[in-house]
Amino acid sequence: MRTASAILRKDLLVELRTLETIPSMWLLAVITYVIFHFGLNQDTVKGQLAAGVLTVTLLFAAMLAVNRLFVAEREQGGFDAFLLAPVDRTAMLYAKAGALFIFMVALELVAVPAFALLLDPPCLGHSLPALLLILLLADVAFAVIGTFVSAIAVHTRARDLIGPIIGLPLLLPALIATARGIGPLLVNGSSGSPSAKWLAVLALYDLINALLAIGLFDFLLEE
Amino acid sequence: MDDANVIELDGLTRHFGERTVLRDVSLTLGAGQTLAVLGRNGAGKSTLLRILATLLRPHAGSATLFGEPLPRQSWKVRGRVGLLGHEPLLYRDLSGRENLVYHARLHRVSLDRVEEVLAAVGMRERADDPVRSLSRGMVQRLTVARAVLHKPELLLLDEPRSNLDPAAGELVEPLIGRASGVTRVLTSHDPQAALAEADLVLALSGGRAAYVGTPSGLDPDTLRSLYA
Amino acid sequence: MSIHVRHLRGLTIATAVTVTAALILVFFYAPLDAEQGFVQKIFYIHVPLAIVSLVGYCLGGAFGLMYLRTGKRVWDMRSYCAIHMSLIFSIGGIVAGSIWAKASWGHWWVWSEPTLVSYLIVILLFCTYQPLRFSIEDPERQARYAAVFAVVCGAFVPINFIVVRLSAEYVHPRVLNLEGGNLPGPMKLTFYLSLLGIALLFATLMKYEMAAKEMRIETRRLRRKLLGDDAVRPLGRTASPS
Repeated sequence: MRTASAILRKDLLVELRTLETIPSMWLLAVITYVIFHFGLNQDTVKGQLAAGVLTVTLLFAAMLAVNRLFVAEREQGGFDAFLLAPVDRTAMLYAKAGALFIFMVALELVAVPAFALLLDPPCLGHSLPALLLILLLADVAFAVIGTFVSAIAVHTRARDLIGPIIGLPLLLPALIATARGIGPLLVNGSSGSPSAKWLAVLALYDLINALLAIGLFDFLLEE
Repeated sequence: MDDANVIELDGLTRHFGERTVLRDVSLTLGAGQTLAVLGRNGAGKSTLLRILATLLRPHAGSATLFGEPLPRQSWKVRGRVGLLGHEPLLYRDLSGRENLVYHARLHRVSLDRVEEVLAAVGMRERADDPVRSLSRGMVQRLTVARAVLHKPELLLLDEPRSNLDPAAGELVEPLIGRASGVTRVLTSHDPQAALAEADLVLALSGGRAAYVGTPSGLDPDTLRSLYA
Repeated sequence: MSIHVRHLRGLTIATAVTVTAALILVFFYAPLDAEQGFVQKIFYIHVPLAIVSLVGYCLGGAFGLMYLRTGKRVWDMRSYCAIHMSLIFSIGGIVAGSIWAKASWGHWWVWSEPTLVSYLIVILLFCTYQPLRFSIEDPERQARYAAVFAVVCGAFVPINFIVVRLSAEYVHPRVLNLEGGNLPGPMKLTFYLSLLGIALLFATLMKYEMAAKEMRIETRRLRRKLLGDDAVRPLGRTASPS
């Protein structure tokens, strides 16, 4: 755990220094809302459509972070430095998934208010706690699958291409659950309480993928 | 422990796809000794170093480090090896001190040691500048600091002469040179320098050991002809 | 003699016999469906293809796991061939499914049939397997990463089906009855024979592919041994295990 927090601290320090990833994610989210506005030609979105727009926007922005996650390690020798140290190798998984989770939360701090502002879905304030709960579970899925996919992609030649095409199908169950869970929250007269079915699906999907990642990650780090 | 051999290789073999990069290499290296590995580019020098650093696993034959067989017990000996390669292994956006602190945390080394090595390589004044902004010689010195931070008992030096300019080289000599007393494996293109420093010489040609033995009675040209 | 070549002739004959018998049953024995007519018979092709290919994907994952555990290259080859074959079979399966959808509902694609949708997602995922392998040049790393990916994807298959099924809100008359429990006698026999035939076909083709690959590897190895490393031109980038 100490190792994982050392790596996480280092990653957050680099991000604070360079401000490469998070501001780009913010910008991409806002631009995507604008594109959706023109694409759908609607001033407001509600219900399942609103859920879809929000989910897809978060997904695109997440792809940015996923692509960058291991690049510094690969290009500046971070893998070697880590592999030479007498530490548990799964620490890298925990650290990177933690970093990606933090990036997603930072993204949502801007993306959700911007969504409310630009696309004005109904009942957002009322349903906010439920919405945030669903997003938090979705962030875990992004974090685990994103780290896994990024670790694979960083050693390939077509790095930025392989990441998304592998990651998107693997994320699909989580995206389905997120969008379907949020849909009923953003309609007029919504009860504001989240669907237990989709929360359970998200939580289980997170758990299964986390277990798989923990079991398999070491194999990705060997040379 | 001091009398035991630090490195024992027996028939060490490593492939890359269909190519055999190292073929049947055998040698033993005692504590405090220096092994010089010579060979052309692509002869397998860097691969050998990476196997000794526990980054690669042998495909055939055996490699024993500090009495522990690799790769099964790699985790035991990993922290006792220091690697100084072509890459500095430093994050360009962090400062020298921040980089060393990160490595210190990975290796469970106290932060006082960070200050100690910074002083030893003469980088205390520029320790808080991002590595991006440092000159090549300074980066090299920081790299040496990184490699010796955890007081490794075995130093692996990949072409140290070409990666350190003369001024930096002199400064770090007590840390990574013969005088440090540490067991060392260094690769080189220069037979003359190798003969001067080494207790044991390995000449690799096409992955095979063209010569394994002491440098006595060898002159640089004969040595070069063995592997060139 | 490679272990994959053992029993190959017997297996080929068994496959040929079973598939022929199944086809005869499909065309001459199984009754015509009252609602959909002749086109319904594509069910006997589509469903077995789907079942066999999905099992093949999961096998690919299992073989990948064996490779990670043992490090023996033969498991990587089995994993690759299983996924490769399953991809071919599943493209056949989805085309058959599309034809059936057109015949049953008038559209080439329907979102209301969750099994078909899950099937598409799984195919899209496994389409990335070969590009992934191709983009990793180091053969050992390629095999290892492919195995890790195969394990995750193999686990993904059942999960994906469950989640997509949960998301289907329409109560659609289930034409696809994979259990075959509600089928009348003659249809049942035809279906199971068809399933057996396609499973045997899968196994046979897989053995052929593995035998061919092994022969190629062995030939190259012998040539290198006899003629020296330099005489044999390197393979270059390849997605398949070598």
